[in-house]
Amino acid sequence: MLLSRVAERVYWQARYLERAENMARLLQVFSALQLDLPKGIKLGWKSLIQITGHNSYFYSKYKQENERNVVRFLLSERNGVSLVDMLVLARENARTTREIMPTEAFELINGLYHFARDHVEKGLHRAERNDILEQIVSRAQQIGGLLAGSMSRDEAYSFVRLGRSLERADMTTRIIDVDARKLMPQLEVEGAEPEAREPYDNTLWMNVLRSSSAYQMYRQHVRERVNGADVAKFLLQNEQFPRSAAHNLTTLTKVLGNLPNSGKVTWQVNRTRRLVRNADLQGLMQQGLLEHLDLVQQEIGKVHYKVADTWFLPSK
Amino acid sequence: MRVNWKTYNPRPFFDEIISSPGYARKPAKKLASYLRLLTHEELLQKKTAAELAIKTMGISFTVYSDAGNIDREWPMDIIPRLIAGSEWDQTSKGLRQRLAALNCFIDDIYNQQKILKDKIVPAELILNSGNFRKQCLGMKPKHKVWAHICGTDLIKGENGQFFVLEDNLRVPSGVSYMVENRRVTKRTFPELFADNYSIRPVAGYPAELLDMLVSLSPRSVKHPEVVVLTPGVFNSAYFEHSYLAQRMGAELVEGGDLLVEDEKVYMRTIAGLSQVDVIYRRIDDLFLDPLAFRKDSVLGVPGLFTAWKKGNVALANAPGAGVADDKIIYTYVPKIIKYYLDEDPILPNVPSYLCVDKLERQYVLENLDKLVVKPANESGGNGMLIGPQASKHELAEFRQRIKADPRNYMAQPLISLSTVPILGDRVVEPRHVDLRPFVLQGEKSYVTPGGLTRVAMVKGSYVVNSSQGGGSKDTWVVEDV
Repeated sequence: MLLSRVAERVYWQARYLERAENMARLLQVFSALQLDLPKGIKLGWKSLIQITGHNSYFYSKYKQENERNVVRFLLSERNGVSLVDMLVLARENARTTREIMPTEAFELINGLYHFARDHVEKGLHRAERNDILEQIVSRAQQIGGLLAGSMSRDEAYSFVRLGRSLERADMTTRIIDVDARKLMPQLEVEGAEPEAREPYDNTLWMNVLRSSSAYQMYRQHVRERVNGADVAKFLLQNEQFPRSAAHNLTTLTKVLGNLPNSGKVTWQVNRTRRLVRNADLQGLMQQGLLEHLDLVQQEIGKVHYKVADTWFLPSK
Repeated sequence: MRVNWKTYNPRPFFDEIISSPGYARKPAKKLASYLRLLTHEELLQKKTAAELAIKTMGISFTVYSDAGNIDREWPMDIIPRLIAGSEWDQTSKGLRQRLAALNCFIDDIYNQQKILKDKIVPAELILNSGNFRKQCLGMKPKHKVWAHICGTDLIKGENGQFFVLEDNLRVPSGVSYMVENRRVTKRTFPELFADNYSIRPVAGYPAELLDMLVSLSPRSVKHPEVVVLTPGVFNSAYFEHSYLAQRMGAELVEGGDLLVEDEKVYMRTIAGLSQVDVIYRRIDDLFLDPLAFRKDSVLGVPGLFTAWKKGNVALANAPGAGVADDKIIYTYVPKIIKYYLDEDPILPNVPSYLCVDKLERQYVLENLDKLVVKPANESGGNGMLIGPQASKHELAEFRQRIKADPRNYMAQPLISLSTVPILGDRVVEPRHVDLRPFVLQGEKSYVTPGGLTRVAMVKGSYVVNSSQGGGSKDTWVVEDV
């Protein structure tokens, strides 16, 4: 039977790895997005900091939220929250659970960490950034593939899925939280009419989808032109798409079925799931989306506390 | 960079690959000519490939320093060391014999103490030893075995014969590097395997270890719960603890994962408590159980010692086994073998002088600059004096230490360790090596084919410890042709 301490480390290893991958995706999309903007309009890199929830930490270090500062802060700086530090933590947790993971898993995670450590500085330059981020995402995907293809469906694997799904659900709700007005403040300042903003809104939502590799899947599923309400609905409520919040919450309920004493956690997951599923997104797009997403994020946070309460070693 | 054996001169030392410039010893002939034919690019490529393999495989060890603990990549030289199969068979017999006798000795010490009553070994040496645990008196572990895992350090001197330098019966480490070094050389020199040499495989060690540990289980259940107890990730051998647990499919536990209830040991799992049968502990005796030994230990498990003494859990190695790996007791091992097994030792000891003996102490003090002096129970080369390389000040200091505590010191002539070529930055050069084979004893016994070869990477140095800049080599026991 899986040790509580090991369960905790496996869970965090999966979360940090997923978080690093999501960070790479976000940086990729923001970097691409700014190339689509007309001359004179600057991307609000600030909202990237807001998505990750590190506002005050960022402003304690930097005055300006320009591209260089934000990318440095989220990608390469050794500050405990950057992509490279997520990989340090993923690797450290993997290193201390090597005995239960497939041998190659640590080798891949270790390889990814070394790759990132050696290359993130270059990622500060626009020209090289995309290549490096692409590699990071692809290597992270490879690790998921390796685990899926070589790990027994035992408790340890359940904790990998638990960590990954929870992190994914959380990040997806954060990604939707970007708002065109915050991303392109100039448009607002110049008093542009909604019609003038529309092409950029469109670009924005397409990029939001791309950050979750969801554009193609969305297209197959929704046959209208890309619009905010549909995108939010797809990313939050679509059960089939593997990065959507609903899909990941459903995955959690399945995983929990394989674990002992999972009652309280399942209860909290179902509560969160109902909240996500029953939301009227058309209405929320007009008013209250932000508050709704905040609430969902809080409920997801509570799932984590129930998980820790139930299975991890009591903290001393 | 090319390998040129004609300019490789090991003299005055015994080199295990090259007997004199340009001439390879018989088992090494194919290896020597293979290396000679590699181009500069091929050599460089192989060296880099090996370094990369070590990095991605995450083979590491921890160095403690002022700058914090750093996880370093394991230093390995790619040229393997060769030992002929027939030579190894004999050595292996000697190692089993030695461990069997040492286990009889430990069991006797904690029970009848016949060897003390017969005055073969002086009683005061044992009872005053820092590794004697009076708490263990009267204990009868399964199979009468106390030291289940032994790392015996062997060296070769001028005539190329193996000597035993010391027995490590507490928590010997290095075996994972032995297995991993082989994995690296297979990637580096696939051409040499099978086609050119029959090399005895070493990858079976974790399975042998698990079988041995299972044979210690007090409960007769089909799959006893075997765990590896580690002090944690900051321990220098953590890589190995994790490695062995993984390869055995055993749980890797820390003190906080275990607890004792009703004199039985349990681990905390996600489904509640689960009973543990066998603990391969990689924590020193004194830290095992704050109730029995050091009260300030945070690594151990309160009540563990009593659970063991009641026979509800097996500990490998047993607490107290270290009484036989004291460097003073070492000098008595030939007599111990004779006493318990009525056999002559197959593997010789390095001649030694005991400072507790008046005449021998006299000799040691007069010849300090020619001798190696070792304290009774330090490890990793700590607290040692290498006379011929010591300053006057160091010699004087050791003279005082010996006089103050003669029981704690023994001395040996400086053996000119054999050499093996390493691939330096530009040329091949001889470096001194030792060998640590691992011996298992439970219901049955087992010896690794070869072991971990440690290399003093600095020219002329005899210090092979990885914590002090030593490196390692893959060791091939090759079938004679």
